[in-house]
Formats: sequence, structure tokens, C-alpha cells
Amino acid sequence: MKQKKWPEAWHEVTPGCMVFTPGSASTYKTGSWRAQRPIYDNKKCIKCGICYLFCPEGCISETAEGFFEANLDYCKGCGICAHECWPQAIAMIEEEV
Amino acid sequence: MNTVQNFELYAPKLIEKREFFSSGHRACQGCGEVLGLRMIMKALGEDVVVSNATGCMEIISTAYPHTAWETPYIHVAFENAAAVGSGVEAGLKALRRKGKIADRDVKSVAIAGDGGTVDIGLQSLSGAMERGHDMVFFCLDNEAYMNTGIQRSSATPFMAATTTSPAGKAIKGQRTGKKNVAEIMVAHNLAYVATACPSYPLDLMEKVKKAKAVKGPAYVHVYTVCPTGWRAASEQTIKLGRLVVETGIFPLYEVENGKYRLTLETPEPRRPVEDYLKLQGRFRHLDPSDIAKVQALVDKEYRKLMHKVKTSVPWS
Amino acid sequence: MGKRIGMEVGIAAAEAVGLCNIDVAAVYPITPQSHIAEHLSDIVHDGRIDAEFITVESEHSSISACAGASATGARVYTATSSQGLMYMHEILPIVSAMRLPVVMGNANRAVSGPLNIWNDHTDIMPQRDSGWIVMHAENGQEVIDMTIQSFKIAEHADVMLPTVLNMDGFQLTHMIEPLEFPTQAEVNKFLPDRVPYATLHPDKPMSMGCFNMPEIFTETLKAKDTALINSKKTIVKIWNEWEKQFGRAYKPVETYKTKGADTMILTMGSMGETASVAVDELRKAGKPIGLVKLRLWRPFPLEELRMAIKGCKTLIVMDRAVSFGGAGGPMATEIKSLLFHDKDRPRIVDFIMGLGGRDVTVENFIDMVMRAGKKKDESYEYYGVRE
Repeated sequence: MKQKKWPEAWHEVTPGCMVFTPGSASTYKTGSWRAQRPIYDNKKCIKCGICYLFCPEGCISETAEGFFEANLDYCKGCGICAHECWPQAIAMIEEEV
Repeated sequence: MNTVQNFELYAPKLIEKREFFSSGHRACQGCGEVLGLRMIMKALGEDVVVSNATGCMEIISTAYPHTAWETPYIHVAFENAAAVGSGVEAGLKALRRKGKIADRDVKSVAIAGDGGTVDIGLQSLSGAMERGHDMVFFCLDNEAYMNTGIQRSSATPFMAATTTSPAGKAIKGQRTGKKNVAEIMVAHNLAYVATACPSYPLDLMEKVKKAKAVKGPAYVHVYTVCPTGWRAASEQTIKLGRLVVETGIFPLYEVENGKYRLTLETPEPRRPVEDYLKLQGRFRHLDPSDIAKVQALVDKEYRKLMHKVKTSVPWS
Repeated sequence: MGKRIGMEVGIAAAEAVGLCNIDVAAVYPITPQSHIAEHLSDIVHDGRIDAEFITVESEHSSISACAGASATGARVYTATSSQGLMYMHEILPIVSAMRLPVVMGNANRAVSGPLNIWNDHTDIMPQRDSGWIVMHAENGQEVIDMTIQSFKIAEHADVMLPTVLNMDGFQLTHMIEPLEFPTQAEVNKFLPDRVPYATLHPDKPMSMGCFNMPEIFTETLKAKDTALINSKKTIVKIWNEWEKQFGRAYKPVETYKTKGADTMILTMGSMGETASVAVDELRKAGKPIGLVKLRLWRPFPLEELRMAIKGCKTLIVMDRAVSFGGAGGPMATEIKSLLFHDKDRPRIVDFIMGLGGRDVTVENFIDMVMRAGKKKDESYEYYGVRE
């Protein structure tokens, strides 16, 4: 699908405003929203994946070493991962201005 | 030989890895509803068509020209998620039978908030369930009309403050208790009705799979925390979900052909409701006598449910 | 062509739908549509056609279910009337915005209040702005033909818009008329399988019904309007195809004895037949009267209307609905505004008549023509109201 310039002209709008690229919301980087960000103490991390499971953004994924890290493009800094981490390997620090 | 009973492996790494709801959606920080939705979509897999009602989940995910949905998706209006879902089910059924589309099992799934289920959506929900369509209806219950700015619904709990049931001189928050739609669904003779909460993700996903496997209508009521509307801290989402179950305010159960079963035994004595209420700004106007009223109502509803758990027998 | 048989028009409408290889029908009963619903149910449940028949719990759900089914690529049909159509009102603009080719039959009936189950056009007029293609049938044969045409029009790649075919409740739907049905083979030749623009299926996931921010909404609406305006070309093309195959002609604006007429009556729906008898009598008496009949209401066929009323000095518009507190009958209002800048526009006389099943006879039409000649003030008039 050709990338149209946004906002488009009336004749470029798809019929019925249908969207044919599933998951295209990922072009919007919600990371700019946050006021705090997670930092990791991987010495404590037990690689359980609870943070990945409880992230409302679904932006936490496994690194090559098997630890879990939030994708800062999307992380909104809600703090759920830090709050739920059993060994307390995650802390939230204030985002730089 | 001793065999460990009721042993569930709590391993997030074993669940579906694909994300059927992409990041980049515009839900609030710590939104319990989008978390519940993400888990539901993982448990459903790709062979679904989602019919969604107007509400938080629709608005945060489908601002043209983008969509966060990786599955087929349709949104029409607020009160007709179940009706649209029943049309999708009928369309897919007819087209498949007539050989016009692939011979592939595709489930019609309707998703709505509490407003689009218990209030304005109740008629179309009841109609679709009564007609016996092969579909699952998920109610994502954050206990008020959140997308329009936190107005009360009939799923708002007793004494919760919302903009249309405020805490003030004349009234002290919501005057009525929570409408029990799961019961209404059981009365429709559905083969499977369940309550679920994202704080118990494996229980939730198991229920989603069971509901999807039913050949006929099924209903799952999902309790979802709204930190914005409930005036709770965004990191408390999972904790609040645990408290609501441990206090017995929202027990996790399923009803299979009329047989009630708790899927999570709440350890007795249950935690006092105060532990749950004090974490939310929408309950901060409650004095000890109010909390006692809430406790009494929760106890009554819990007793009603436990009676059914103890005495219900399968219909067939 | 087939032989003619006597059949109630409502039942014939269901039979016509039965010829069109529909996949899903969702109907809720309401007088005077119920015969259509019942007979379509018979056709499906007797196994004569292979379709899903959803007995929804309200009209709001019938149009919603049709939207859902149409989105999966199914060919869908629904029928309703008056209060049912009003209950659907919220969803109608959504279906046209989503470009879903839902086909609907509407048995015109008065809108409450007060409750009245008999015929007028007050139910279809409030749906004017919904973005649907709106057509009117005059007799039973047109109901059959235009029902079949509706599917081809709605699903055409250059249209992709829902259509509603109006048939006057009781006055038309419950009349037994001599009707000719095309054969199944003939309909199959005219109406191929639907080829949807997009479908809901995991083979190719996509999202329908996304919402619009202010920065794009104007563009979306203009696109919808343009689609409706442009659909007229295709509607006329399909009507020409029908004439070629079946020998019966359909035009957006029909004319009857308008040659040399300086006064014309304008009607829409079944009253056109009665008006044509009045025109015959007036012509016999030497009066140069003609009749113009609107078949296509949306998109409005302005060019065809201009051609039809060439030479007309007085156009008497017969409205079966009124806009309270406004400019009067919807047809007269629309035509007045469309012709406002035309140098040689006719004088337009607006009669509100035939409300709530009130019969309009040949004598009434002749009387209205006389009254139009004598009328001094140009405001709209309720014909036949007891003062």
C-alpha cells in the first residue's frame, strides 16, 4: 500500500475509512507520554516473564540473554511491571525532561 | 503414589507469544481494560472476527488511518456489538456453507464495555444470546462509562462516585448495586458463562479458550481496572484486581451448563472490603458506616453465589 | 418472458428476494411489512433458498446484523416500515459511510405520533440525509424488478452503497396484481455473485468502522457524498441493462403525457398511477396537463427532472410528508431549492396529501389541479383537511 501523506485529500480516503494494514497503530510512538521509566537490575531478575504478561502496552519482550525489557518507544511509564516484579528487579525513575 | 492435585503451571513464557493487539494504542497508563483485551486476543488467536462496540477500546485503537487490531475487526455503534457479531456469525456461516469462502473455523467475537453490555447493549446482547449464535461476548467491565468521562452505568458498584452519581450532600455515590449480567446470561441457558480478571491471567485465558470452544453462545465478564476513572495509582492495576477477588467482591467462577464452580477458591476469611476501597479515590468519601454497608452488600452477593456453587447441578 | 400470475405485492417482493441468491436476511416484523418477512421466512425455511434468516429482536438489531453480515461479504436483505425504519435511523448513515451494500425494502407507513399504520411517506423522508440510495416503486411489477436491480446497484464496484426500495404500505404492498416473474436463470444472468471490496476474514485481516478526527472528517463526508452523486450513472446503466434483457424500461424520472403541458403534476410512489388517470381525464377535457413521476429520490436526478419539466409553467408537487414548522413538503422544498437559480423555473405549488392512509382519488387530483390554478398565496397546503 502506497504511503499517503497525512492528512489526505478527500479522494484519497479509503472507502468506508477501512484500514488494510493490521497493527498500523504501532507507527504512533506512545513513549513520549511517560513521566517515569523502568530500569532493570538483571542480577535480581528471575526471567519469569510476569512483567511481559502484565504490560498493558504489550511492549516488553525477551532480550537475547533472556531478560525482559520494555520498548521505550511505547512504554507509558505506568509502573505495573515494577510493582508486580517478584524479586523487585525493576524500579521506576523519573524521566528526564 | 501421591499426585499433586489442581496444579497449574504459572508460566507466562508458555502462553501465546504473538500480540494480536499492537502497541501504539492510546489507552491511559496502566489501563486494565486494554491489558484484559490484550490477554483475550492472545487466548483467542487469529481465527476470529471481532465486533466491537463504541467505547474506550474502540477509540484508543482505531483512529483512522491506523488500527491496533491484528485480527479482522468491525465497529458499528455503541449498543449493537452483539447484533453486529450475530450478523458476522450468520454471514460467515452462510458463505462457508455455500462454498464462497474457505472451509475454515472462524469465531465471531463481540467485545463491549460495561455500558455497551449492561445498559444500552443489553437488548442486542439478550437477543443474540437467545438466538443461539455461535459467538462469544466479552464484557470489559471498568464499572462506568469511562470513554465519555466517568459517568455511572448499572455496573458501577454501590457507593462509587462518578460524575452522574457523585459523592455529595444529597447522595453518596452510586445508590444501587452492580447489575449481575452473568446471572442474566445464565438465565439465557448459555452453555458457558464465566467471570475473569487480568490479574489472574492464566485463569482468564483458560476461560477465553473454553468460551471459544463452545458450539453456541458463550459469555465472559471481565473485570478491568480503570486507574483514571477510579482515581487509583496506575501501578495498582494488578493489585486491585487481586483485591477485588480476595475480598469476594468479584469472585472468579464459571457456569457450565448450569453448574456453578469457583475457579479460584477465595481463602476464608475473605479480606475486608476496606483494603480494596481505600486504594481508590472514587470511594474516598466513605465513612466507616458506609464501608459497613458495602461489606454487607458484598457478603450478601457472595453468599448468594456460594449457595449456587454448593447446590447447582448441571442442567443435563 | 414468464406468464403473469396474480399475487399480493408484499409476497411478490419476498419472492423477488428469493430469486437473488441472498446469503443472510435479518428481519423484524412491523405492519405493513410483515407479509414480506413471513413469506421470506417461508422461502428460507422450506429450503427453497440457502440463506441464514435471523429473527432479530428489534429493527436496530436487524440493520446491525445486516451490516455485520454484509461486512463478511454476504449478500443481505432486510425490510421494515415506519417505526422500524426510525429505530434503524441511528445506524443508516453508518451503513452508507461504511459502504456496505445492504438492500432494504420499506413498506411506507406513517410515522408516530400519533400511531398510524397506514400509508404515507413520513417514514422515508427523515432518512433523506443518510447517504442511502432511495428509490420508489409504483406498482407490483416495479417492486419485483427494482428489488432484483437493487442488489446489482448496491454491490456494483462503482457504487458500494446501501439501497432502500419504497413501496407504499397497504396501498401497494397488500394489493393483488398481475405480475410477471423472471426465471431463476434470467436473474442469474442479470445478477452475478457479489464480489466484495473488502471482507472480514482472517485470511486478510483489516479493520472497518474506524473513527475520524476533525482533520479528516470533512474529506470523508465529501467522499461519501461524491460516491452517492456518482452512483446515478451506474444506476441508469443498470436500468438500461435491465431493459435490454427484460424489455421493461426504468428511468430516474418518468413522464406521462408531458408533451406540450404547461401544468404538470409531480408524484412519487403508487399514487402516480391514480394521477395518470386524472391526467387522462383532464387531457380529454382539453387541458394541457402532464405527469412527472420521481423514481429515484437519492441521489436526486436534477438533470432528468429539468428535462422532464421543460416548458412547464406550473409544477404541482404532491407531497405525502411534511417538515413541521418548515418550508412544507420535502419534495417541493427540495425541488424549489434545486431550481432556485434556473431562469425558466416553473411556479411550484405544494400540496400535502395522502397522509396516514388518507385515500387520494382521481377526483382529488383533478380538484388539486383546479385549486393550483386559483391559489393566490404560495405557502404549502394540506389538501382535504377539514377546517
